[in-house]
Amino acid sequence: MIAELGHYALVLALALALIQSSSPVIGARKGDVALMKLADSTALAQFAFVALAFGALTICYVTSDFSVANVYENSHSQMPLVYKFTSVWGNHEGSMLLWVLILAIFGALVALFGTNLPATLKANVLAVQSWIASAFYLFILFTSNPFRRLAEVPVEGRDLNPILQDFGLAVHPPMLYLGYVGFSIAFSFAVAALIDGRIDAAWARWVRPWTLLAWMCLTLGIAMGSYWAYYELGWGGWWFWDPVENASLMPWLAGIALLHSAVVMEKRNALKVWTILLAILTFSLSLIGTFLVRSGVLTSVHTFSSDPARGVFILLILVLFIGGSLALFAWRAPLLKQGGLFAPISRESALLFNNLFLATACATVFVGTLYPLVLEALTGDKISVGAPFFNLTFGPLFVPLLMAVPFGPLLAWKRGDLYGVAQRLLAAGAVAAVGLAATFAFAGTRAVFAPFGIGLALFVMAGAITDIAERVDLRSMSLENIGRRAAGLPRSAWGTAVAHFALGMTLLGIVCETNWSSERIVALKPTQTVSISGYDLTFDGMVSRDGANYRETAARFTVRQAGAVIGVMEPSKRIFPSRDGMSTTEAALLTRGASQLYLSLGDNNADGSIAMRLYYKPLVLMIWLGAMVMAIGGALSLSDRRLRIGAPKPAARILAQPAE
Amino acid sequence: MVWSVRVILVVLALVGAAPLHAVQVDEILPDPALETRARAISHDLRCMVCQNQSIDDSEAPLARDLRLLVRERLKAGDSDTQVVDFMVARYGEFVLLRPRMSWHTAILWAAPLTILVIGFLAISFSVLRRSARTPMPEAATLSEAEQIRLRAIQDSPFE
Repeated sequence: MIAELGHYALVLALALALIQSSSPVIGARKGDVALMKLADSTALAQFAFVALAFGALTICYVTSDFSVANVYENSHSQMPLVYKFTSVWGNHEGSMLLWVLILAIFGALVALFGTNLPATLKANVLAVQSWIASAFYLFILFTSNPFRRLAEVPVEGRDLNPILQDFGLAVHPPMLYLGYVGFSIAFSFAVAALIDGRIDAAWARWVRPWTLLAWMCLTLGIAMGSYWAYYELGWGGWWFWDPVENASLMPWLAGIALLHSAVVMEKRNALKVWTILLAILTFSLSLIGTFLVRSGVLTSVHTFSSDPARGVFILLILVLFIGGSLALFAWRAPLLKQGGLFAPISRESALLFNNLFLATACATVFVGTLYPLVLEALTGDKISVGAPFFNLTFGPLFVPLLMAVPFGPLLAWKRGDLYGVAQRLLAAGAVAAVGLAATFAFAGTRAVFAPFGIGLALFVMAGAITDIAERVDLRSMSLENIGRRAAGLPRSAWGTAVAHFALGMTLLGIVCETNWSSERIVALKPTQTVSISGYDLTFDGMVSRDGANYRETAARFTVRQAGAVIGVMEPSKRIFPSRDGMSTTEAALLTRGASQLYLSLGDNNADGSIAMRLYYKPLVLMIWLGAMVMAIGGALSLSDRRLRIGAPKPAARILAQPAE
Repeated sequence: MVWSVRVILVVLALVGAAPLHAVQVDEILPDPALETRARAISHDLRCMVCQNQSIDDSEAPLARDLRLLVRERLKAGDSDTQVVDFMVARYGEFVLLRPRMSWHTAILWAAPLTILVIGFLAISFSVLRRSARTPMPEAATLSEAEQIRLRAIQDSPFE
């Protein structure tokens, strides 16, 4: 009954979405306020019904209703309650339902908080949102129905894939989808502006908070996925240039470019056409990301055709939305007038430089990810494009970008003074040079690029501090003055500096982890000790215990540094009887500052020893801490009163601006 | 999305077997120099039954066979290039995670630089053309004192 209710709610949501797809557009054309207003109600009602559908599926999971095929395939009655919740989206059908739920949330938010938007723009935005929603509802209802019942009710479920039984599943997919789907708002605004045929700086001001929010979530989602892979897959890697990772990296890169170009558009009324195009591309990449992963085409061309209905539907949606919006862009973009002028050396140009390199990096990932597929389809040649390719191409593209980061915020709008900025960055440059020299002195020339990486990371961080130091007039040495200026500084300025600083943190983590990680692969018997980077690990013995739906054997290690016990590590192996004895390895982590000891278990040998892999990863946590601080920077920027969603004052002023 | 395909493939590779480790103790060569070379080569070779994993990272039995094969060739005195050539001859170019530069990968390898150059030219062209067409009178008219005042205004929260 619950499942049917959910199914029915989804059908109703589709009906509402179809109404919202058409009537507001007609209303905007005719100037009919009632028709335009309809979109507000339908957006809220859509959210209510999708939430109902999602709630229904959740109830099916929590009550272990195995008559629903989706629950039978992905749940187990003995599974801990938290995983019964998270397994709702730990499968294809459920994750698509989560996708439309988030889309409906965003739609409702626009309806609620978009009170300051011009009526026609708001109506068109909500209509475009609904085009996307309709396509997804149809996709779910026709090819991926999570509410399908089984004729014969099984007694027990087949359990969730053990690797997914982790806290990571609770956070990673929802954050990722919040990012992907959040970019749909920017897309809808872009398409609405193209339909309207006019666009101004206010447009950028409305789009930026949504883009920021989406980008923050995507940042956290990617970071969480990376950390999850790091501790769950058991070989200590944190980024694999895997197609599914690349699928999330592309919209992230395009999203950063969009955030920066929207700044130019908002402040200077320039780069309008490019910003619109970026908004379209960013969401298109999100769609490609969602669908290529969901369709399995990235794994192999063959799985694509194994479910023809799904594959064809996916292709249709991609062609319709990406092709359609790009065609609309080609047709309408020439109507948009270009705004403010700027010199080749200026803040605008610096942001263009940022966009150029980010777009190229994004395109590189795109080509690298899809090239093997296209080549195989066209010629039948099978090649692999893996980490070594991306490290060779993507890395060099990011170096000039990172070198330019400290310059951007210090350059003046319209016409900047590069020499002057370089002088103001002397202190930051000195910090970087000292870091570089010190790294050379301590680490030697074994890893040639590492000192430069450290220097670059320090330069980016010191550059962000310089930006703030100048803005609060640190040189005045007057606490009162500094305090007053710091309090008066717009939150978005803090946001910029914090996010740029975080970029340096992440780079620092990456450089240290890739260059100075130590690894030991050994087989140990109880009471034996292994040493790594000044830590001694003594194998105390094995412990067996039962989990909720698994059996676990853990190896207990006492960790000492200079003779003093600093902790215990218990890497383990879990066996899931419900999944035919499928097993997972759970690595043990011991955090020392931002560095980690990483220990994971291998096989038991005949002589009573156990194989293990031990890593010492210096500053590895900086990689993810950096991502978190980046998101904090985004949040600071989002809290700027100028961008606050629904802030009535500035919007009222903008409304009065004449159309171009 | 990492959780879906990647993880499931990893799991599929594990089905029926206890989790093996990537490089195992008994594989390690006694000669550290040879072992370092073996690791470096393994990093760039694909485990063909896995999704986008190098044989150095993979836990699949096939990856272990390939790792042992690499080490055998090294012990027999092959150079790094010879080992890689041997693997390509045996398993095809699919085994390389870094595709070779040749006609069928020309677009792939040329893409980053080409896109960068085209983008750069397009930007320079449009920026230069537009700034040449219209001079910027407002840029030169501010005195230093005015610049400072402007910065103060820009930095204030009530812009």
